[in-house]
Amino acid sequence: MIDSKVLERHGVTPEEYVRIVGFLGREPNLTELGIFSVMWSEHCSYKSSRVHLRTLPTEGPQVLQGPGENAGAVDIGDGMAAVFKIESHNHPSFIEPYQGAATGVGGIIRDIFTMGARPIALLNSLRFASLDAPGTRRLLEGVVAGIAGYGNSIGIPTVGGEIVFEPCYAGNPLVNVFCLGTAKASDLIKGVASGVGNAVYYVGAKTGRDGIHGATMASAEFDDTSAEKRPAVQVGDPFMEKLLLEACLEVMQTDALIGIQDMGAAGLTCSTSEMGSRGGAGVEIDVSLVPQRESGMTPYEIMLSESQERMLLVVKPGREPEVERIFDKWDLHAVRIGRVTDDGRLRVRDRGQLVADIPNRALTDEAPVYRRPMAPPEYLAGVQRLDLSVLASAPGARVDGNAALLGLLGSPTIASKRWVYRQYDHMVRTNTINMPGMGAGVVRIKGTSRALAMSVDGNGRYSYLDPRLGAMLAVAEAARNVACTGARPLAATNCLNFGNPERPAIMWQFAQAVEGIGAACLALGVPITGGNVSLYNETDGKAIYPTPVIGVVGLLEHADCVVSSRFKESGDVVVLFGEGRSELGGSEYLKVVYDLVQGVPPALDLERERALQELVVALAEEQLVRSAHDCSDGGLAVTLAECCFDTAGIGAEASIDAGDLTGDRHVNEAAALFGESASRIVVSLSEDAVTRVLERAAAAAVPARVIGRTGGNRLRIAVNGRLAIDVSIDEAERRWSAAIESHFVRKIA
Amino acid sequence: MKFAVIVFPGSNCDEDAYHAAKDVLGQTAEYIWHKDADLKGADVVILPGGFAHGDYLRTGAMARFSPIMREVQAFAERGGPVLGICNGFQILLEAGLLPGAMLRNKGLKYRCEHVHVRIEQTDTPFTCAGKAGQVLRIPIGHGEGNYFAPPDMLRTLEENRQVILRYTDPEGRVGADPNADEWNPNGSVNGIAGICSQARNVVGMMPHPERACEALLGGVDGKVILDSVVQSIRSGTLVARA
Repeated sequence: MIDSKVLERHGVTPEEYVRIVGFLGREPNLTELGIFSVMWSEHCSYKSSRVHLRTLPTEGPQVLQGPGENAGAVDIGDGMAAVFKIESHNHPSFIEPYQGAATGVGGIIRDIFTMGARPIALLNSLRFASLDAPGTRRLLEGVVAGIAGYGNSIGIPTVGGEIVFEPCYAGNPLVNVFCLGTAKASDLIKGVASGVGNAVYYVGAKTGRDGIHGATMASAEFDDTSAEKRPAVQVGDPFMEKLLLEACLEVMQTDALIGIQDMGAAGLTCSTSEMGSRGGAGVEIDVSLVPQRESGMTPYEIMLSESQERMLLVVKPGREPEVERIFDKWDLHAVRIGRVTDDGRLRVRDRGQLVADIPNRALTDEAPVYRRPMAPPEYLAGVQRLDLSVLASAPGARVDGNAALLGLLGSPTIASKRWVYRQYDHMVRTNTINMPGMGAGVVRIKGTSRALAMSVDGNGRYSYLDPRLGAMLAVAEAARNVACTGARPLAATNCLNFGNPERPAIMWQFAQAVEGIGAACLALGVPITGGNVSLYNETDGKAIYPTPVIGVVGLLEHADCVVSSRFKESGDVVVLFGEGRSELGGSEYLKVVYDLVQGVPPALDLERERALQELVVALAEEQLVRSAHDCSDGGLAVTLAECCFDTAGIGAEASIDAGDLTGDRHVNEAAALFGESASRIVVSLSEDAVTRVLERAAAAAVPARVIGRTGGNRLRIAVNGRLAIDVSIDEAERRWSAAIESHFVRKIA
Repeated sequence: MKFAVIVFPGSNCDEDAYHAAKDVLGQTAEYIWHKDADLKGADVVILPGGFAHGDYLRTGAMARFSPIMREVQAFAERGGPVLGICNGFQILLEAGLLPGAMLRNKGLKYRCEHVHVRIEQTDTPFTCAGKAGQVLRIPIGHGEGNYFAPPDMLRTLEENRQVILRYTDPEGRVGADPNADEWNPNGSVNGIAGICSQARNVVGMMPHPERACEALLGGVDGKVILDSVVQSIRSGTLVARA
């Protein structure tokens, strides 16, 4: 019955099949093979990535829960915990953008409330091909509508995020979603099954045939038949999830649960085997008891279904009626489908008859782990070489400072994302104190004086040019964005989007990126508490840029000390922390003006980065700065322009120096204006704070320099004394505001 | 005084209304489950925003059948102040406590942002603390806030001064064509953002006053709406009306 074709269809290699037979001591039946195939899929087993992920720093006094549970958790004072994680839903979103994105949001929300936390904020990190490429608008509209449709309905605000457009994401858009919740630290609950004989309950939506083999799909490359995989994408029901969320949080208040886990990838299979494995126990269920949406479903289909909005619970003995009563109140019906056993096995029955019997450890801890071969990609040497002297004679050299700035502001990656975040309810729960578009998202924590800041960042272009440095820069930028609000970065979560790990070049990129993340997280004091790996992001053999996306969460001791990125008053002094080093490699400028993806990304000194972040947090606490904006995509000129936007037209004048890179004035000026040197922040402050701020910077060994003043209605920047940029804020802001929106304007009478 | 915040399955601004009443205004507040049949002595009833029953059928169409709605209706008939915010407004329309209907926003997209509304009438329990012509900056967050009434009904609404909030520019101006004004975020007929019942005690509005009650959240203009009801209950004007 099980031949090589069946194995291939399940994505199980002949070697893996031999191991399966070894674990069972016999040939598996089809249901068992299905169970193994999803649990051993890349998506669930992390078989290619695990050896690398083990090297990440995961500990710190603030960490209450590191990787391995449904989500990580950190101590945020007052006996409270912040619970957060990021997850990808790339493959489903390509096939069916609305449902793919919606169910991604649903999944990450479940991960958070499964831990006993009330979800209070969402972020997302999206990647698409160029906005004018065929299909991009449809994908972007669908993904945004899906995120909005789910998050708005369930009532969790989407408070920030990022969107980048690059041709490499054609055919492989990235949809990474982040959720954060809060809980009493003492109320955190785990996904464990223990206590022999305890009841195992199923609650939530009925099981259908949707999403069967979703995890396997997410572990394969795409080709031109991928659209036919649509039935493997699940359909979301945010109303059902809202009921589940409220009911589960109510049940958790009763202390009647041993453990709880959501059914995400690999559905019932994953939740039963993982809960058993964590609790050192076994789980036995009867699939005929599972509520079903369709008739005639086989045990195979029931075990592998990825129908959304379902939870598995283990209840303390004698507390069952209490739990059932709460679910009844919410018109949900908790159904007892099995019990906890003592033999460490996953045992599945169908009307009493045994249909699968597998040791849990074979599905979890002892799933295959690969140390895949690695080799630096051949393209690297070529793309890292950037000959600046060529720039002087290239067509881009004729683009002056004003035109380059307006071009960058109109580049969809840099342009205002208002068209997107206006579709997300970003204010529900009345906690949002830094709105989307203002840097990191910030939510206050009711009942305390504190607030939490969060940011997701990643630059695939940097990682393509140097995966290790690119990943370090992603960590640094996310933490810097959080610090710019005045919040002290606490911990991180990562979403690692890469191509096919069976290619040595991809595996090398992955290993380099993990190394970079580890180094940066360690140096910046933000341990990784969880995350997600998404491999096989390839279509027709073409991989995306390696794209590690980092989410960082930080704590503001005093919510009312929050700082936003925009200038506040005319006549304030503008100070630049950090130094421009005339770096143009990998910049948005090179791409937009010269159509070049070339060079090495900006250098990063982690000690300097940390000192900079600590300085800006301390200054915010003392309310010495009125605004703070991280300097990244588009360099200092774009940063200054953005500081002027949404301020009803406060302009600025600044004067900076250029390095002597090439002997060509044009290129030197461009490097000073648009170079993306790391570890820089632009702050504005009142005149009387200048001396103190500069002293504090000097004491912290952070380079700091007054570069100008706010006021007027133009942005004027002189480089080496020569006026290089002089644009009206109105015009610049129009360009920046309209770039994305204008692609979607519809005339409706 | 006591605020009742009705909780339907799928309500998601219930906690926000509760927080505003209790923590910001310092009043008593209680959640009332939609299956209950008792308003528990409340002085004012809020139907909060959200997606009651998922809004899968038509916004508010299922919620009107919840047992508590009979009590809300009776309370309204006695002259008690009832405020429907966003989805709560949609439910009041479906329940027939307010006239008209909601269509999908022009542009067909959900919109969340701050808008400006002008107080048109101050003789309702939810606008009496404001001044006629006063402009409030309050957030919206909805996909179906395009208020519609047929011409006859619309004329009656305007004649009876039942339009109490209208979308305007930041200075309180309405453009030449209020239906297509750039300040009108959803295409509502006559730029209508909020209306009251003929007896004036039942009010529905699409903007979220509870989201604009604290300076930390970016503005306190919404407090005028909630302060109004506290003031009107205190002054006893409502009792006279009932």
